[in-house]
Amino acid sequence: MSSLLSVMDLKVHFPVHGGLLMRQKKTVKAVDGVSLDIGVGETLGLVGESGCGKSTLGKAIVRLVDPNAGSIVFEDRDITKSSRRSIRPLRQDLQMIFQDPAESLNARHSISEILEEPLIVHRRGNRAERKKKVAELLDRVGLPAASAERYPFEFSGGQRQRVGIARAIALEPKLIIADEPVSALDVSVQSQVMNLLLELQKEMGLSYLFIAHDLAVVKHISDRVAVMYLGKIVELADAETIYLRPKHAYTKALISAIPHPDPSRIVERVLLEGDVPSPIDPPKGSAFGKRINHPRYEETEGMDLSLVEIEPRHWVAADPCCLEEADWEQVKG
Amino acid sequence: MGEKLLEVDDLISAFETDRGLVRAVDHVGFSVEKGKTLGIVGESGCGKSVTAMSMIRLLPQPAGRILQGTVKFKGEDLTQASVRRMRKIRGNEISVIFQEPMTALNPVHRIGKQMTECFHLHQRISRKKAWEQSVEMLRLVKIPSPEMRMGDYPHQLSGGMRQRVVIAMALACRPDLVIADEPTTALDVTVQAQILDLLKKLQAEMGMAVILITHDLGVIAENCDDVAVMYAGRIVERAPVKELFANPLHAYTRGLLASIPRLETPIKSVLPTIPGMVASLADLVPGCRFCQRMERKGSTLRERPGFFEVAEDHWVEVCPKCYHGEEVAK
Repeated sequence: MSSLLSVMDLKVHFPVHGGLLMRQKKTVKAVDGVSLDIGVGETLGLVGESGCGKSTLGKAIVRLVDPNAGSIVFEDRDITKSSRRSIRPLRQDLQMIFQDPAESLNARHSISEILEEPLIVHRRGNRAERKKKVAELLDRVGLPAASAERYPFEFSGGQRQRVGIARAIALEPKLIIADEPVSALDVSVQSQVMNLLLELQKEMGLSYLFIAHDLAVVKHISDRVAVMYLGKIVELADAETIYLRPKHAYTKALISAIPHPDPSRIVERVLLEGDVPSPIDPPKGSAFGKRINHPRYEETEGMDLSLVEIEPRHWVAADPCCLEEADWEQVKG
Repeated sequence: MGEKLLEVDDLISAFETDRGLVRAVDHVGFSVEKGKTLGIVGESGCGKSVTAMSMIRLLPQPAGRILQGTVKFKGEDLTQASVRRMRKIRGNEISVIFQEPMTALNPVHRIGKQMTECFHLHQRISRKKAWEQSVEMLRLVKIPSPEMRMGDYPHQLSGGMRQRVVIAMALACRPDLVIADEPTTALDVTVQAQILDLLKKLQAEMGMAVILITHDLGVIAENCDDVAVMYAGRIVERAPVKELFANPLHAYTRGLLASIPRLETPIKSVLPTIPGMVASLADLVPGCRFCQRMERKGSTLRERPGFFEVAEDHWVEVCPKCYHGEEVAK
């Protein structure tokens, strides 16, 4: 699979001011050295808890926030430092779907205005052609043609998300960053929207970066899954593998925490203590090792905890706190 | 069958709107036994929270009101209770855990003040004693260094910690019934697992009954004894949890169960869906509302389907098109 997007050692740090007179300056390391790539027609799922930096990573890839270090290469073009103007043509290929369609759609614009806007910005077609395209888009995402003249508030959450999707595919992009696109939706509507995303991918050959906190949802829609913890990817593997043979203690905990819709199943749960630590001044060593108070945490301070390929296509952080003894021996050797 | 703590019968709650009186809860009935957990599951707008708010008489005023039905708590009908009596009951005998702990806690008061408030309101104990008991409650919900947290403001705590404080407050007076309205929806999965585990342990210790309102069937499966499935203001199916998951009889319950992505489903497969969407409350038909969603025509839309016990403790709305069980003798 040829690579459509490749991100190398990306860092996004935000300054925070605090203390007396807001003088003290600290740094939030929202994304702290992330590398990943997405192939043509592939879905990479990105899963993690709130505050782990997954949304910031998504925004950095479409250059809605500026990275501090690292590189983003889209179709062999380095866009890490591209100016706003020079990146504009690229937005046709690189689109985004947001979690809350109520906030990401302009309430004062009708649906047809919302869907036409990208076409106007990128000078696609004349007025009649654009109208035709809007009708096609509505039909494609399963909304009635009459929706065109209505306004976002007249729609339910699921329908609004369909509008959000229609807008994202209006310019026939190659890659869509979908940030929690189904989290705000009810179960029955969630499955409708997921099916739609899968259909569109098949038809248009789209690639997705699918960001979500629900591992069952991510696993369902993705070819590969990356698990993120406190600004770093700690495990990356094929969707099936990550569920069947997770290696990292955090991935295991995440999988174990999912409640199963089956009352006859006896759950043995790995309960984590505490919360995700703050990305302001994160621990120097293994962030997850610190959370679980691992006896080997001290060792990891200053250690290189980057990803290692433990088996073909299965990468995991080389972290003695988070791997089983045998796995640790293997990655160390 | 254990002792019934709460019995809701034929409850109808409605809101005054521009489009007339709209029924958010329509002929709802269920009961909760002492020490047991009843789950109420359904999608947004199905009336699950309104049902709970009706029980404790906290419907938004002046728009909301109970039109009909009884809510018997330890034999007393709460729909007839005085405002003063309700104040005695809420927080003391029945308490509520809300979804968003940031809005349930007062941002301008320290945790300590909010924690001790329920003791001052419901129990005649000294300030010092109330303080000590509050610290004890915080320790019970596993808040690290509780003495220090008493002096914190809500914003200084993480989401999970805040929800623990809300739980501590809800349980402070050892209520007989706790209504948990989406208690973990705003939390991360690992924190959700902690909180649900905590709630279960405390329930076992204190012997209270819980009504757990959620949209997550996974949470229901793991935490409830009985389940009521709500759709568009009505309970369409009600059964013990194992029975409901093993033998769902209403089309809506089946649809819900089928449409959840599970870790076992093959990746990128097409998920079964429930077509359409819930009609707005003002447009609901008197008959079977799930038929309305499926855009079926005909007589089932006109009359409310009967609600029958088709197997032991298994109740279903028996619509000729949505009911999948054996024929019921009427």
